[in-house]
Amino acid sequence: MNSEIRPVLTAIGRIILGKERQVRLTCACLLARGHLLIEDLPGVGKTTLAHALAKALGLDFQRVQFTSDLLPADILGVSVFDRESGAFKFHPGPIFSQVVLADEVNRATPKAQSALLEAMEEHQVTIEGETRKLPEPFFVIATQNPSHQVGTFPLPESQLDRFLMRIQLGYPDATAERALLSGSERRDMIDELTAAIDPAGLVELQRRVREVHAAPALLDYVQALLAHTRRSADFITGLSPRAGLSLLNAARAWAFMDGRSAVLPEDLQAVLPPVAGHRLHAANGYARLSSDDLAGKLIAEVPIP
Amino acid sequence: MSIPVAENLSTGRVVALIGSLALVVAPHAVRIPLWIALIATAVLILRAVLAWQGRGLPSPRLLVMLAIGSIVGIWLSFGMLFNRDAAVALLVLMLCLKMMELRSLRDAVVLILLGYFLVITNFLYSQTLPMALYLLGCVWLITACLVAFQYRSVAPDPRPMLRLSGLMLAQAIPLMLVFFLLFPRVQGPLWGLPQASASALSGLSDSMSPGSLSNLSLSDAVAFRVEFDSPPPKPNKLYWRGPVLWDFDGRTWRGGDAAPRVGRDIETAGTPIRYTITLEPHNMRWLFAIDLPAQRLEGALQTQDFQLLSIRPVRARQRYAMSSYLDYRYGANEPRRNLARALQLPEGFNPRARKLAADLYARSSTPDEVVQSVLALFRGQPFYYTLVPPELGRDNIDEFLFETRRGFCEHYAASFVFLMRAAGVPARIVTGYQGGVLNPIGNYLIVRQSEAHAWAEVWMGDEGWVRVDPTAAVSPMRIEAGIAGAVPAGDPLPLMVRTDSEWLKRLRFSWDAAANGWNQWVLGYTPERQMQMLQRAGFTRPNWQNLAVALMAVTSFVTAILCMLLLARLRRRVPDPVLSPWLVLQAKLTRIGLGPRPGEGPVHWSDRAATALPAEAADRLRTLADLYVRLRYGRDRVKGREVAELRRGVRALRV
Repeated sequence: MNSEIRPVLTAIGRIILGKERQVRLTCACLLARGHLLIEDLPGVGKTTLAHALAKALGLDFQRVQFTSDLLPADILGVSVFDRESGAFKFHPGPIFSQVVLADEVNRATPKAQSALLEAMEEHQVTIEGETRKLPEPFFVIATQNPSHQVGTFPLPESQLDRFLMRIQLGYPDATAERALLSGSERRDMIDELTAAIDPAGLVELQRRVREVHAAPALLDYVQALLAHTRRSADFITGLSPRAGLSLLNAARAWAFMDGRSAVLPEDLQAVLPPVAGHRLHAANGYARLSSDDLAGKLIAEVPIP
Repeated sequence: MSIPVAENLSTGRVVALIGSLALVVAPHAVRIPLWIALIATAVLILRAVLAWQGRGLPSPRLLVMLAIGSIVGIWLSFGMLFNRDAAVALLVLMLCLKMMELRSLRDAVVLILLGYFLVITNFLYSQTLPMALYLLGCVWLITACLVAFQYRSVAPDPRPMLRLSGLMLAQAIPLMLVFFLLFPRVQGPLWGLPQASASALSGLSDSMSPGSLSNLSLSDAVAFRVEFDSPPPKPNKLYWRGPVLWDFDGRTWRGGDAAPRVGRDIETAGTPIRYTITLEPHNMRWLFAIDLPAQRLEGALQTQDFQLLSIRPVRARQRYAMSSYLDYRYGANEPRRNLARALQLPEGFNPRARKLAADLYARSSTPDEVVQSVLALFRGQPFYYTLVPPELGRDNIDEFLFETRRGFCEHYAASFVFLMRAAGVPARIVTGYQGGVLNPIGNYLIVRQSEAHAWAEVWMGDEGWVRVDPTAAVSPMRIEAGIAGAVPAGDPLPLMVRTDSEWLKRLRFSWDAAANGWNQWVLGYTPERQMQMLQRAGFTRPNWQNLAVALMAVTSFVTAILCMLLLARLRRRVPDPVLSPWLVLQAKLTRIGLGPRPGEGPVHWSDRAATALPAEAADRLRTLADLYVRLRYGRDRVKGREVAELRRGVRALRV
């Protein structure tokens, strides 16, 4: 385990109980400079996870509750005429923070959604003709409620592709839940949390993740996985080249967190379900398989070259 | 009510399937009743439109009613007799109606299999090379459709599917050849089908009236093809003997009541020329041979006027070997009855010709002089050789000789024989073919219907029957250079005998050589030839059991070769120096049940296997796995020393 990441994971792990894998994936997503989509029911700790992550990394944090009347300006910010200076003054919106939690992103209109998604993609926003850089690092966690879809605007596939990973948190197991119930208030614990790393250090880690080596044999494996999804009759659409890049980057972050300087097939396999899950669609016979099962099937069917 | 269509039947695929199946059905369009062709076309177009607009299909109840209606319609069209035509018509209709049921992948596969079957039914009607090539293309297309329906994802590019389909067909070729050569054959043409006997085939008949041969000359259908064992004789010797005509009723010459030849009043000189004729079916009994046929044929009889008559009409392509003498004398002892027959003329026709003949008779002392003076008449007066002679009335010989003077070989032969008989010289008409075109590509002679010819034979006492060709007197070119050289420019000529452009001629020759090869080697592959081939392959007494054994053996052999080729392609990758010892290691552990699971990575696998091994072996395995992972996935250059270490370690590991 990488010595710089371990304290961060330990700190978050004290607050989010029994979800080591999800916490690690969240960190990997951040280190790979991607964004995260959490699809789960309310109350399983999505907000807590985002908040704890921001705090442990020493990043500033904003939460935007997406509603059907949310306007792009509510996310990006607005220019207001300042009577004293006699000029327009820009009031930055919540997007101008390092960790943004977009809660229930499917409740907002496609217009508001696309304002967020474009900012995610470009790492900058253009308001009234002026382009403003977003802070570094910049990490969006969007949440989506899978049930109760009445009156929502589910993200289309092209938008889902903007998220590096999609994870589910799920209910905690009995031991973790008992500890949760008997422990103190999470919000207080977050307030007490101290940063294990500073933003500049995090940017440096992101840079080092990009340098993790991917050998030709490993690239062969990535290509074999991609080719299989395109050729096999079990998937409606194959994985795109962008999905391939995402897979590789996420695997680099995973390998880096494991303290290695090269990616192994196991790293690819570890990040495959959250990275490929929301980009794959099973054909008729496998419609009931979850994205984890699909990824497992993919791993089992493609021999490692 | 309309029923939606499954999603994986995209518009493009459905339209491609409709198009391919339409191509399969297309040759049947002219053979089935018009109403079925119209319904089939309408249904196919309607289905394509429905697919295009993404609309649903008609309800099953409507389709059942349509199907019952079609069966009743076919029953009305064909009656109780359920023959080949009715079966094909029913198949075509049901294929089109099934199209309206194309909702799922299963329906598409059913349609494609039906399409393959319809491809076969086309061969019930035509087995020519162009048809075979066309249907091969159809098979390629529908196989590509079959491939396309296996892709679930949207793949608009048809090229990979066509390529895969073509590859599959290519891989099937060896097996196809094995089955062609070794599958036990039945007697007759392909699948022993009865040929459509009522169909009109062009050819010579047992009667000749003005215009009948010149009409035949407009056809470029092949009459027969000839392979000579030695260089072929000169064109002016190539008289292919056919029907011999004796009786004249004022307009039409007729043969008939041909008695078999008895005795042997024939003198020959020189060696006979040998050749093999492949005769196209013409529904008549004549087998053609060069004058004068020197041998008898099995299954045929020779008449006293040297016609070769097959026992049964020639309904299928027939191949026979013949030999002929070019220098001969025969018929010196011709029975009186025949000579009388060769002199009879109907009373009351052609008075001017009779008068002319009487004059000639009075002026000549021998039959030969009569012949020469008539030929001199044809040569001297302005007679023309043409394919489009004017119409002639009741006294057609008179009109031709004294008025129109434009005619085809039948006019010259008929008027010549008329004049001979009127002058008291026994004469008869021989029809057949004259000449032929040598195909330099296959080195065989093609004789077409356009080479149909009529000439005369006169009886000259001790000389017997002597051939006289009055056409040669008028147009020597016809005999020396063939019909294309003899006909004036502007006269219609069949495309195949034109001589205008050199490359077109070459192309025609190549095509004819290909068609001839197809006939000889594919369609002409009879049970006898199959048995001959087996004999040559070493079976002393071949029978169908031998064939079955040979078929199975060769099929297994060919399949094994194909499998090995495909496997070799999978294994052709250069062995990786790091990977190969690792594969050896995996194999070692697989033997004791600790092999990697599907998709299990090296680290996970070695950890799992290590827990099941004794401590020392487990340590070694972990070390090897670390080394392998570093070499294969690490950043550093692979060092030969480390590779050797890995190989040694793998060899040393005892489990």
